[in-house]
Amino acid sequence: MPAKKTGKKKSTVLVTGAAGVLAQQTIARLSLKHPIVAVDFRRAVEIGPNIPSYKVDFLKRGLEDVFRQHDISTVIHIGRIGTDIGGKFFRYNANVIGTQKLYDLCVKYHVNHVVVMSSYFVYGASPYNPALLDEDTPLKASDLTLNLIDTVELENLSQIYLYKHPQLNMQILRPTNIAGPGVRNNIGRLLSLRWAPVLMGFNPVMQFIHVLDLADAISLLLEKPKKAGIYNLAPNDWVPYKTVLSECNIHAVPFPSVPPGLTVSISRLLKWKAFPSYLVNYFKYPVIIDGGKFERTFGFKPARSLEEIFTHYRELKKEPWI
Amino acid sequence: MGVKTLLKKALVSREMEEIFDRVPKEAVGSYGYDPWGASLEGSKIGLAIFKRFYDHYFRVQTFGLENIPKNGRVLVIANHSGQLPLDGVMISIAVATNPNGPRAPRAMIERFFPTVPFVGNYLNEVGSVIGDPINCVRMLERDECVIVFPEGVRGSGKLYNKRYQLQRFGHGFMHLAMQTGSPIVPVGVVGCEETMPSLANIKPLAKILGLPYVPVTVPFPLPARVVLSFGEPLSFPREVISEEHVALNVEKVKEKIRDLIQKGLEQRKGRFF
Repeated sequence: MPAKKTGKKKSTVLVTGAAGVLAQQTIARLSLKHPIVAVDFRRAVEIGPNIPSYKVDFLKRGLEDVFRQHDISTVIHIGRIGTDIGGKFFRYNANVIGTQKLYDLCVKYHVNHVVVMSSYFVYGASPYNPALLDEDTPLKASDLTLNLIDTVELENLSQIYLYKHPQLNMQILRPTNIAGPGVRNNIGRLLSLRWAPVLMGFNPVMQFIHVLDLADAISLLLEKPKKAGIYNLAPNDWVPYKTVLSECNIHAVPFPSVPPGLTVSISRLLKWKAFPSYLVNYFKYPVIIDGGKFERTFGFKPARSLEEIFTHYRELKKEPWI
Repeated sequence: MGVKTLLKKALVSREMEEIFDRVPKEAVGSYGYDPWGASLEGSKIGLAIFKRFYDHYFRVQTFGLENIPKNGRVLVIANHSGQLPLDGVMISIAVATNPNGPRAPRAMIERFFPTVPFVGNYLNEVGSVIGDPINCVRMLERDECVIVFPEGVRGSGKLYNKRYQLQRFGHGFMHLAMQTGSPIVPVGVVGCEETMPSLANIKPLAKILGLPYVPVTVPFPLPARVVLSFGEPLSFPREVISEEHVALNVEKVKEKIRDLIQKGLEQRKGRFF
């Protein structure tokens, strides 16, 4: 068993998902104050001369070498496989089994701060959702679609470690739709399109957080006293889906909304990464979360407006097609 | 120019704009929407359309509008009838155009509405939300004026032979009033029973369609005169001693509404003419 950390050395921060824009922005903010180690399952990313970077599969033994070679005291786990990558079994293995291995190593190597990126998807897009869901709301996503099981299970797993291993000081973040330059998740892909589907008769209000605001929020967690818990992350701003499309210069394509099975079948047939069948309900019913707890605990408010996010996607459309 | 802007230009009068300027406004986002999907522009257009029916088709008479507090949290509790939520629309218009101090009405609607294309979204846009206790508490904490029909579908879907007979009231509204310290303004609605008199409920069809009821009734609402009688605000202590105690409080509200309905029936000039 490795010795406990004395706390005299500067704490090294391990950031997963280093190939993504959110991890890179977080690293850029933290590297001025902390030694950083970056890992990603896709490739070893060139980040900077003083930042060791590894290609690591969380399911393989090589992950422990990172802990052996570096005195890691904080883990920022952003490297969750997005809902647009691979099948549900691949995602389950990577996101749930892989994350459990990571958490076990955190316990073994006396890591004293873990930040994990979950998602607002865990609440599920149900027509019966009240607005401003807080962190105590039951997670219904897996009731509604099997494809989001890994997302909910990752949450459940993280919550087990949050309470079973309080020394990890785990902070679970549930951000709303993340958008902005370089974001390649479902919503980022959709807002980059010139045409996007709209379910006829439905126009749910949505929330968006700028990727740079999210990076600011994560860096703040390391600067402020650690307060373990679960936190929604969303601005106090709401906009209907159709307005989003029009603000981003996207043409709305009417999509049949009834019967619900037809919508899902069409989406499945099209194999559209930006509009997968299991996320159809998120474009039908609002899932509005309350970011008040994070704001009160850490004194953080997103600085970038919805207009700034939409301007980015509008500008993107001006670039010539390649 | 968008459809909304065109509609607003065509329908919303200066008088209506002035009324809206007086309505206390709760926090909305940078695009004019609140977390429940309500927008000021949508509410203005909705009000402008239905105010015409309110004035000229249903010829609504109101009594006791001064009982609605000008600001602060309040629960408006009414009897429910008429198959369609026309009573909710009429009370909302009365609240929004109250000469003593207009308020933005927030009507709690049945849970199946969000699944109905176009209708669910439209109701959200004009300020209605599904009748979930969390929504209700959040709105009362924001000092809003919330309209609740504690009979739910038991009231709206009842047959014509049960007109003006109050059905069982749920206790949820009383718990919310006590929890948030909100006064209750009781309302007796008269006339909506006659707008869509239902002779029978086709239960098997309702089951197939996933609806609470399918009435055998007229194809469109009849021009019945509507009377809305608003009672004096009732206050209840915050402490819940027992469910029996809550039931007694509910009975007090129900009794008050029964009196207001009786008063409305006496004050009505005629059913249709």
